[in-house]
Amino acid sequence: MLYPDTVEAEILVHKPWFVATMFGVVLLLFMAFNMSGTSFAELMRPVIGEPSVSGLYGRFAIAFVIAVIFTLNVVLIGFAPLKFQIGIVWLELLLLFIAFFETFHLSLPFIREKLPFLISQGVVTTLYVSAISIVIASVIAVAGAVAKLSSNGFAYAIASFYTSFFRGLPLLMQVYLIYLGLPQLGFVINAVPAGILALSLCYGAYMTEIFRSGIQSIDRGQWEASRSMGFGFALTMRRIILPQALPVIIPPTGNQFISMLKDSSLVSVIGVWELMFLARTLGQKTFQHMEMLISAAMIYWMLSICLELIQSRIERHYHRSKVR
Amino acid sequence: MSAPAIIEAKAVSKWYGQFHALKDINLTVRRGERIVICGPSGSGKSTLIRCFNRLEAHQEGDIVVSGVALHGKMTNVAAVRSNVGMVFQHFNLFPHMTVLMNCMAGPMWVKGVSEKEARKTALTFLERVRIPEQANKFPIQLSGGQQQRVAIARSLCMKPDVMLFDEPTSALDPEMVSEVLETMTGLARDGMTMVCVTHEMGFARAVADRVIFMDAGQIVEEGTPDAFFGHPRHDRTKLFLSQILKH
Repeated sequence: MLYPDTVEAEILVHKPWFVATMFGVVLLLFMAFNMSGTSFAELMRPVIGEPSVSGLYGRFAIAFVIAVIFTLNVVLIGFAPLKFQIGIVWLELLLLFIAFFETFHLSLPFIREKLPFLISQGVVTTLYVSAISIVIASVIAVAGAVAKLSSNGFAYAIASFYTSFFRGLPLLMQVYLIYLGLPQLGFVINAVPAGILALSLCYGAYMTEIFRSGIQSIDRGQWEASRSMGFGFALTMRRIILPQALPVIIPPTGNQFISMLKDSSLVSVIGVWELMFLARTLGQKTFQHMEMLISAAMIYWMLSICLELIQSRIERHYHRSKVR
Repeated sequence: MSAPAIIEAKAVSKWYGQFHALKDINLTVRRGERIVICGPSGSGKSTLIRCFNRLEAHQEGDIVVSGVALHGKMTNVAAVRSNVGMVFQHFNLFPHMTVLMNCMAGPMWVKGVSEKEARKTALTFLERVRIPEQANKFPIQLSGGQQQRVAIARSLCMKPDVMLFDEPTSALDPEMVSEVLETMTGLARDGMTMVCVTHEMGFARAVADRVIFMDAGQIVEEGTPDAFFGHPRHDRTKLFLSQILKH
């Protein structure tokens, strides 16, 4: 959270001008759409009569009711304590989301039929590929960061060439290059290892930069104190610098992990049966694309939420030594 | 002066690029001696003592610490450093470790002392700097004076032959200066060899065997506290003393 002021500002959503503006904008917006064909208009039937012939009056009445509900909702939420506000707004957005998907008229039995396979094959492969890649990428990142900070010309040159190259090419192209290119050199490589290799190398390059900046953010006094006690380089790095760099590194690294989880979908192009691949193929036969795509989307989202939770947990852990 | 020399600097010169930071420094510190180095800022006092454990490199002359010559290609720098304690202006405690762990880390990781032994030593020295009750707190939970005393204890846990103090009280609130100085005075009374860069002239007068005045990278004057404060010979020294003793 930002550093809060001790003087409380008046709550924005309770300021008359803001409430009025919000009301006006919502009213105009829903006036612009013709809502007379929706189920909401059906609910309004007692007031406006037959929705399709209610004309401008009908449109206005519908938009007016929506604007009142919307504004009232926002103003009321403004009274709630912070935790409740967050919870309620999340819930409402989620409901809107579900309502939106409702309009696709998805076939639930189809989803229910395919979901077990989508999870047992797709999710497992996705998790397996991402988890291994995350571990390898982290190892590469530590080594790369140390190399980029070293005064050894070879190490620096190799590390900077590596980060430049793998940050400079599209990940999709790296996947193809490794899968199709390595066999030309005589290394026949399966699709899954090729995907893991591409993801690790690409994310290792990004994370090298994150780790480097994290290491550099540590005060030089820490190096001096370690040195003055006779700690060698490896010991100082492992016990003093990296543990302090971790709290700096974790938020952007969490980002990378989430991003990698989703980018693992790119390995579907070389035929790995992970979540994205199955989402595209399972619905193909019966033209039920949306069912599978939305299911897969939800699964990706849930996995990302898990990573977010893990990240905030770790951040809280490292916050410990900063509390007075 | 028959005690063996712990630190010997002969004709030491150091440059930062074009800037001549130390000019032909000659200084011998003998076992049990307490030396205070003072001088205006930028005079090279901190640079000099940071050369004594090779946090800084000197380019000319020789520095020999406990019989080991310091130079760029030495292989046993860790052994020398673990034998020379250093206390910094900004404490430089390890913020991610408890006070106790700060004190145990050096002996355990460098000297290979067992955890049990290290804990015992750490508690002994925390007792000595009078903050054993803070052992399980993190450094940020302590006041500046307490942090600096932990830093002293951390150095002492390595059982060094000599302690270097680099302006240990300059970053402290006035109220906390005395608790740190008292700790240092106690150390001096117990016979620890000490080299202190400080502006605390009262401490220098009470504790030092020798006071050294530096200006522009050179040792301008040195002598016993009585001679140094009573009859300074050089004009530069007189000016410096008149400036800092005015208040």
